[in-house]
Amino acid sequence: MWDEAIPISALQHFAYCPRQCALIHVEAAWEDNLYTLRGRRAHEGVDLPEGLVREGVRVEFALPLYSERLGLVGRADAVEFHGGVPYPVEHKVGPRRTRRADEIQLCAQALCLEEMLGVEVPKGALFYRTSRKRREVVFTPELRALVAEVTEQVRTLLHSGHLPPPVKDARCRDCSLVEVCLPHLMDTLEETL
Amino acid sequence: MNRILLNSLFVQTQGAYLRLQGDTVRVEVEGELRLQVPLHHLGSLVLFGNVLVSPHLLARCSEDGRSVVWLSEHGRFQGRMVGRVSGNVLLRRAQYQALDEEEKALALAQAFVQAKVRNARVVLLRAVREGGASEVLSQALREQEAVLSALPRANSLDEVRGLEGQAAAAYFQAFGEMLLVPGFAFAGRVKRPPRDPVNALLSFLYTLLVSDAVSALEGVGLDPQVGYLHALRPGKPALALDLVEEFRAWWADRLALTLLNRRQLGPKHFLERPGGVVYLTEDGRREVLVAYQKRKQEEVIHPLLREPVPVGLLPHLQARLLARYLRGDLPRYPGFVAR
Repeated sequence: MWDEAIPISALQHFAYCPRQCALIHVEAAWEDNLYTLRGRRAHEGVDLPEGLVREGVRVEFALPLYSERLGLVGRADAVEFHGGVPYPVEHKVGPRRTRRADEIQLCAQALCLEEMLGVEVPKGALFYRTSRKRREVVFTPELRALVAEVTEQVRTLLHSGHLPPPVKDARCRDCSLVEVCLPHLMDTLEETL
Repeated sequence: MNRILLNSLFVQTQGAYLRLQGDTVRVEVEGELRLQVPLHHLGSLVLFGNVLVSPHLLARCSEDGRSVVWLSEHGRFQGRMVGRVSGNVLLRRAQYQALDEEEKALALAQAFVQAKVRNARVVLLRAVREGGASEVLSQALREQEAVLSALPRANSLDEVRGLEGQAAAAYFQAFGEMLLVPGFAFAGRVKRPPRDPVNALLSFLYTLLVSDAVSALEGVGLDPQVGYLHALRPGKPALALDLVEEFRAWWADRLALTLLNRRQLGPKHFLERPGGVVYLTEDGRREVLVAYQKRKQEEVIHPLLREPVPVGLLPHLQARLLARYLRGDLPRYPGFVAR
């Protein structure tokens, strides 16, 4: 039984690549690369309200989050309050990622906020630092269901303690864990036989 | 400050200098001899913070397979020198083997929970002595008794964990009664993340305890991640969590109650974020750290050694007893139970 709460970031890792999620959360491996370093710098920058605070909107930075219902914990980069309605904004460094990983992460934050504050959170935004553009994300019933589904899949993965096979596709090129993952090791191993 | 505990020399005096003289260690502070111990009495040197060791003494320890452990002044593990010949491999193998020896793992889990519940009982009994037996307190004490008598008959780890949960639930139900100042309510233990000041304080104190337990286990060469009561999880210091069970109630919880009841900590030391998550402020953390360090210097009588031991050394002492049990030197692991 995986009795501990699941970090929201694990959902994002899993949605991007289950093996990446397992490497980070099961094997406890973490490799910094250009992207994660940039990511950390971006998150440090989140404390600067510049470009983020709009007139009359209260913003909470690095807000701790939880959901008892889903068994999630995490932290929101920024939550704006539009007339009392929370609006999470997650900062992203690289280009838009595949497999809806970022939307899932953002929607998980929204589900936490709904439970914590007892209000509906209909939408939020992803802020891409390179393009300095916001992309609004509406938390549709379908996306919410996806979050619950991925949460269960992550729980199963963490519980199993197994490392899923590498995906070996375009995702690997941008992955910070490629040196740990060694996606093509099995191929070359077989070639040498 | 310096003492010999089952063949380990702990040196906590800042600025102390240890050097070899013949077959003895001389501990000097400001050029003055404080202690001289025959080397053959020592299995390891455990040094806190600014404590120097002469190269000759280091070389001799390395030669003899005597370990030297460096901790920060506050007891965080920094490093360990293990000489050529070392019992560590055998100790760690015994530690891992015990995981698969159901009887041994079960006995250890029982010992940790038994010590935990007995120490929690000490805390509740004190509250009864001071303020009388309320219904909630009496109920918790009855529940603890029931757990203590059921514990020896438990025949699986899950059963032990269930009993531990039962005792903890009853204890925390009564915990709020021991808060004597207005402004702090406690409805039960909530972790990750804490949602009221008392839980925030407990979480912080437990973190300090766990880090001390990790240091203590590494100090004797045990792997802090491989435990028995707590399930194995990547990145989780399961054995350290096992070990702190003995200390949670009468060390951390008692300290939390003291800090709140004496108003050393007040509402201004806590910060609530929207959505209800509560943290200690930086000032609050400082208050807690100072009180925690002070508590570590206080001495208690160890029930086995029957002599005064600084509270801060208890995890080290218990880790050594645990290592002895795992290596077959002791017939059972004696958990620490306060008087």
